[in-house]
Parts: sequence; C-alpha cells; structure tokens
Amino acid sequence: MDNTQSFTFFNRGPSSAVRLVFFIVLSLLLMFIDARYRYLESTRSVLSVLVSPIQRLATMPGLLWQQAGNFFVTQQSLVEDNKSLHQQHAKDAAQLSRMLALQQENLHLHNLLSLPRRSEFVTQSAEIVYAERDVFKRRVLIDKGENANMQAGQVVMDDTGIVGQITRVYPWLSEVTLITEKDHTVPVQVLRNGLRTVVFGAGDTTQLSLRYMPISSDVQNGDLLVTSSIDGIYPPGIPVAKVINIERDAAYPFARVICLPVAGVDKYRQLLILSGLPVLPKRPAEEPVVAPHPKNRQKKQ
Amino acid sequence: MTYITPLNPEIQRPVSTTLIATSVLIALFLNGLPWEGVWLLLRPDFVAVVMLYWCAHKPLRVGIGLSWTVGILADVADASLFGQHALAYTLLAFGGIALHHRLKMFDLRQQTTQVFGILALTYVVYAMVYWQVNGYVMWAYFLGCLTSTLLWVPLGMIFQAARQIRVDRE
Repeated sequence: MDNTQSFTFFNRGPSSAVRLVFFIVLSLLLMFIDARYRYLESTRSVLSVLVSPIQRLATMPGLLWQQAGNFFVTQQSLVEDNKSLHQQHAKDAAQLSRMLALQQENLHLHNLLSLPRRSEFVTQSAEIVYAERDVFKRRVLIDKGENANMQAGQVVMDDTGIVGQITRVYPWLSEVTLITEKDHTVPVQVLRNGLRTVVFGAGDTTQLSLRYMPISSDVQNGDLLVTSSIDGIYPPGIPVAKVINIERDAAYPFARVICLPVAGVDKYRQLLILSGLPVLPKRPAEEPVVAPHPKNRQKKQ
Repeated sequence: MTYITPLNPEIQRPVSTTLIATSVLIALFLNGLPWEGVWLLLRPDFVAVVMLYWCAHKPLRVGIGLSWTVGILADVADASLFGQHALAYTLLAFGGIALHHRLKMFDLRQQTTQVFGILALTYVVYAMVYWQVNGYVMWAYFLGCLTSTLLWVPLGMIFQAARQIRVDRE
C-alpha cells in the first residue's frame, strides 16, 4: 500500500490547480460583493448561528476565571466598596435633585421660546459577550441582537460616556464598533467654548485624536469633548474624550491633539444602548460627486 | 517514478474523520479565546496550522474545498470580509498539498522552513486584502505568522500521539 497516493488510478475530480483557481475566484467574488454591495449580511447571520456556539464556549474560561475571582473577594474590599458607593450615591442624589430643577426650568424656557424640545432617549442595557479577535479591529459583540430590536447605527455608551456604535446585527448578537477603531469619527464640540470638531479613532484602545485643528484653535489640555449631535446619530452633550496632549509645531498647518476616551472603552462588560433618538429632517439632495467607496463603510452622515 | 522510502512513516497511518473534525473545532475554539493586547498579536492562527497539517498529511481527506469552507466560518467568526480568510486558507491548502509530496523527504527543521513560507504567504494575502479595502496594515500582525510556525512541531507530536492511540486500540 506504500505510496499509492502519488498514482492516479482513480478519477478524483478536478486537479488541485483547477480547484485552487476556482476557490480563489469564488473568494475574490464574495469579497467584492461584500465590500461593495453588502448583499451577504443575511448569509452571514445564518452562518453565525453555526459559529456562535463555539464562540460562546470560548468565553467560558474567561467567565470562570472571573467568577472564581468574585468568589474570593475579601470582606474588607466589599466594605470599602460599599462605603465609596454610599458616598458617591449621596453626591449623585444631590446633583440629581439639582438637575431635576434645572430640567424643569429648561423645559419652561423652551416652552417660552417655543423651541423644539430635546427628545428623551430610552436606554437598554447589554453585556459584552466577547471582543473580536482581529488585531486590525476594535470591535466587541454584545448579547442583544434582532431579538431585542437592535438596529445598526444605534449608539452604545457606558455610565460615563460614548463607547461606540452598533454596526452589524445578528439574530442574537450585535457588533459594536468602538470609537477607538481606526478612522471611526464622532462629531464633538469642546464643552468649554463650544468649538465644533470631529474626533477620530487611532486604532489603539487608549487614544483618540483631533485632526485638522488649526494651530491657533482654542483647545487646551484637559478640555472635555462632548457630542455635538450634528450628525443625527449621537445625542447631544454626552462626554466622549478629554484632551491630554497638544503639540503645536509651526512647521505643520495643523496641531496634533491627542485625547483619551472618557468611557472605559475596553474596561467594562455592561453597556447601555440608546434608542428613540430624534430623527433629523432629511438633508437636501446633493449633486452626486463620487461613487461610494468601501472606505466610508460605517459612516452614516 | 522512483520509489522513495518515507522517512516519516506517520503519513501512512490512518486517521478518523472524528479526529479531523474535532481538531478543527478545537482550533476555532482556541482562536476564539479572549486574547487581548500583546497576546492577541502573538496569537498563532490555530485554524491555519491545523488545516495546513491535515492538507499536508491527508490531502485526499482535507483539501482546498474544506479549507475554503473553514475559511468562510472563520470569516463569520471574525466578522472579516466574506471570503478574506477563505482566500487565505485556499492558498494555504494548496501549499499544504504541495508540501505533502515533499514532506516524506524532509526532517522537522526543513519542514518548519517550508511551513513558515506557506503561512507567511497566507498572512500576506490576508493583510493585502485588508490593505486594499481599508488602506493601512499593522505590521505587528505578521508576528502571528512566526508563532504559528512555532506551533507546527508540537502540533505534529500531538496529532501523532492521537493517531497512535487509535492504532493501538485497533
């Protein structure tokens, strides 16, 4: 029986070179369709049902480790936690009562000026199931999908600020693109002076940057950037980032501004998903200039 | 055709479909573990190494078609472009089948060099697709190619042991 595999006694179908070419062409075709037209989302969600059990299983070791950690928490740390939470609660309660008063006042003023009212948004909580295992991407998957009426474009935040945006919905999962994903953009304004700008992800979990800021622009270290809501996706006034470093080099037209995300973008497991955001009036039609390029994939302007 | 005595008798041993399927599932599982930061960069592509192993040792059982299918599943798991992993694994399988004919003559060191070449090609193809679509590439990504190559020898030992158990039982 030795070495029989080298002989072709039997018909084994097309040769491997033919198969190679066939599957290369098939892959290229699929990639083209997926990148350009996004026709394959339903196929993807069907196949995700096959893959997700393995993925869920793969999160088990991490969960067990976490649970083991929870089990061995000392009483000392629990007491300390409780104390600090009580203090925080007292502080928050005071602020909340002030905010309620302000809200009433604001409503009153809005009515007086007959301005459109800021709409309230509803939040749903979700938990991160796993982070994506692709070095190139900063995305996480959360445990709510079509079953909880998730939609692509919904905003995801934690208790401190914006975390990201839902970009793809599966039957039981949704994919969240984090604000730190390279070239992900969030329209923001500087809280201190209302300067409008756009914050870009840097592809690194801890950094964001402001591009195209003229050297003379009024940005300072420690400035808080909040969402400006001119995109119609992010609600106004939610903290996004804090400026930590500004380099003004006269050799370049723009300053280099580095920011730190306010939210624990890669820290917590619990997230909030906003829904019921106001729908902006439709943009006036523009002259078609260029065909949509795959680079502009998740930006919904 | 000249007859060559195989240095590596392992190639001739039978292998069960269960072993192949289990190994691919375990590889998908290992790829899905919560790797983060530096570990994510250093993570070997378990699926690629397992597929390469089977293509090189049992090309009649595991070939280009199956590798492509596993690639599509990997695309869904990673939410990469549909066909991105599939394309890379198709080339990987072709390399594995080509390696099958040479495997008999090579010792482990020579095998590892060849495996590195094939894996490097796979990684380059994957990164090139990414670069075409997104316009940039992280160079640290290629570290995974080295760690995947390092996995070849231990993986070979594990599979040899697994198949030995089966032979002994029979």
